[in-house]
Amino acid sequence: MKSPLVMLVDDEVPFVETMVKRLEKRNLTVLTAFTGNEALESLGKHRNTDVVILDVKMPGMDGIETLQEIKKKFPLIEVVMLTGHATVESAIEGMKLGAYDYLMKPCDMEQLVTKVDEATRKKKDHEEKIREARVKEALSAHGLE
Amino acid sequence: MSNTKVKKITDYTSFFRKRFFTIIISSITPMILVSGIILYQFNISYHEKVHAHLAELVLKHKQNIDGFLMEKLADIRVLAKTFGFDELSDEAFLQDRLEILQKGYGPVFVDLGVINSKGVQVAYAGPFKLGKAVYSMAEWFETAMKNEYVISDVFLGLRGLPHFIVTVRNTWKGEPWIIRATIDFVAFNNLVGNIRVGETGFAFILNRKGALQTKPLFDIVPEKGPYLEFMNAELKEKDNVQIVERKDDSGSKDIYVADFLKDGDWLLVYQQKFSDAFSDFHKALKVAFAIIILGGLAITIVAYMLSTRMAYRLARMDKERQMMDEQIVETGKLASGGELAARRAHEINNPVAIMVEEAGWIEDLLEEEDFKEGKNLDEFQRSLNQIRNQGKRCKEITYKLLSFARKTDSTIQEVHLNDMLEELVAISAQRARYSNVTINTNFQGNLPFLEVSLSELQQVFLNLINNALDAMEKTGGILGISSRLEEDHVVVTVEDNGPGIPKANLGRIFDPFFTTKQVGKGTGLGLSICYGIIKKMGGEIEVRSTVDVGATFYVRIPLTKQKGKAQQEDIATA
Repeated sequence: MKSPLVMLVDDEVPFVETMVKRLEKRNLTVLTAFTGNEALESLGKHRNTDVVILDVKMPGMDGIETLQEIKKKFPLIEVVMLTGHATVESAIEGMKLGAYDYLMKPCDMEQLVTKVDEATRKKKDHEEKIREARVKEALSAHGLE
Repeated sequence: MSNTKVKKITDYTSFFRKRFFTIIISSITPMILVSGIILYQFNISYHEKVHAHLAELVLKHKQNIDGFLMEKLADIRVLAKTFGFDELSDEAFLQDRLEILQKGYGPVFVDLGVINSKGVQVAYAGPFKLGKAVYSMAEWFETAMKNEYVISDVFLGLRGLPHFIVTVRNTWKGEPWIIRATIDFVAFNNLVGNIRVGETGFAFILNRKGALQTKPLFDIVPEKGPYLEFMNAELKEKDNVQIVERKDDSGSKDIYVADFLKDGDWLLVYQQKFSDAFSDFHKALKVAFAIIILGGLAITIVAYMLSTRMAYRLARMDKERQMMDEQIVETGKLASGGELAARRAHEINNPVAIMVEEAGWIEDLLEEEDFKEGKNLDEFQRSLNQIRNQGKRCKEITYKLLSFARKTDSTIQEVHLNDMLEELVAISAQRARYSNVTINTNFQGNLPFLEVSLSELQQVFLNLINNALDAMEKTGGILGISSRLEEDHVVVTVEDNGPGIPKANLGRIFDPFFTTKQVGKGTGLGLSICYGIIKKMGGEIEVRSTVDVGATFYVRIPLTKQKGKAQQEDIATA
């Protein structure tokens, strides 16, 4: 399986920098964004992004709002929420709004990578199903099946 | 602050009292004033009316009686003038005259007699054998000789029957003689006796000596009562009717109306019981009083109802407002407290996360070939592990602080609330005994199962029960636990009669870290954890308390878990 394309969104620059290094070391391709808006912009350019790792608590547009926007504009992209525990409630809300899962900071790297892999697989499955459906549609359109 | 609360409650009674009496006084005073004035005026005018009526009555009868007497006298005078002594001395002639009179005027004239100057009756006509009777010693004879004509008082005379006579003096051959006629007492008596008004009104005649001249309907004692005063009053005003109201010996009031007859010789007295004379007035008075009393009663009832309702509304409005205040304070405080803690924790978690990630990065780098050979590799790894572990510990601390949840089994299961509460009561019984606390339970049977986490719910109620027992530890008291079904939720109340919670603290007891216990004895998390658990179940927890009365916690748990279920599952997956 092709290595997943991940976007990490967090306002804490040092956190993002280190995380990028660590994730890349685990064969992930990582895009970064420090605000919600930046993330949406970047996603517009990189539509093939598989998973967004999104901090819930950010200044300006917060994680929940960003999530809603992502799900609206790029419904297939999976989102894993990251949260300090105080915002569990908002993480739960995020789950309801379609986030794949949430993790609490500081999170275990292996756990995070596992979640990202799972989310990627889910996304790929999704895409596969869509492709199959399209093929079926195309075939039936041509009266072949 | 709680003092003002207690004071307020008494305010309602004083409010009620004020309102009640204001309504009563403002309604009853004018009613009594108006009716009092009207009744007073009515009393005066009715009095005047009755007096005028009685005076008129007496005056009319006086004229009537006077007229009767004068008429009889005139008849006899005509007789005396028309015929001489010689003619009338003839008994047969006299008998004729009597018959003519009786034919003309009815049996009013009983007999006729002619008496000479020596007092000897020379002729007599009538039913009694009185011929040649000698009247020289009779009292009336003297008077008759002195006056031209006389109407006597009633006396028994020779015949031994009450009667009175009319005499006319005349002169024949220089000698005075008298013609005397006896008036039928019964006829005269009827004239007076027929004056009857109401049930007790009657009339009679007294002479100047106070002797009865007619037979009164009821017994009277002429010496008593105002009769003699009437006699004496004659000197002043002769013609006027006199009216007096006086109490008799038995205490009942009588009204007396009197006027003189027969040129002041006789007194016509009309007498009636006051209550009888004014019976119509008294009837009206009774009706008026009944109306006043009924009106007063109605006003009192209305005032009572109005004031009660107003006080009740006021109390309810105050209570609602106070409760709303409390709830806003509670949730506001909780929100701010929680918010603050959350921000702080986030601030800690972020740098910790960075440190842990940096350590992780070093660890990652150590994996590379170059470092594998380093002689301190083990130490590096031990140190990095330590950093990671301590980071995790930080996370756990904040987790514990902020999740408001201890290590509980949050598995959802069917919980029978009453059984669970019974169990908790049994667990707490020993402690309650030591604190001298009686536990009263009142569980509504047939409560439906709740689909919640048993251990979480146990934690909530154990916490509330323990708090209540703590509160009553020194004083002892009663702990009431009850459960009941209300629409779509179950309500459990935990009630103690301990010292209560001051209002200043009431808004904060659900805040994390708020405690009134000694340092080290309480974490200040108990109630905030309860709050968190109940909220998670989609329920509500609420407290009401009055200082020195006690505190009551209300826990509402919905039967259908809506939000609560989703949340619990989410956390389970976390």
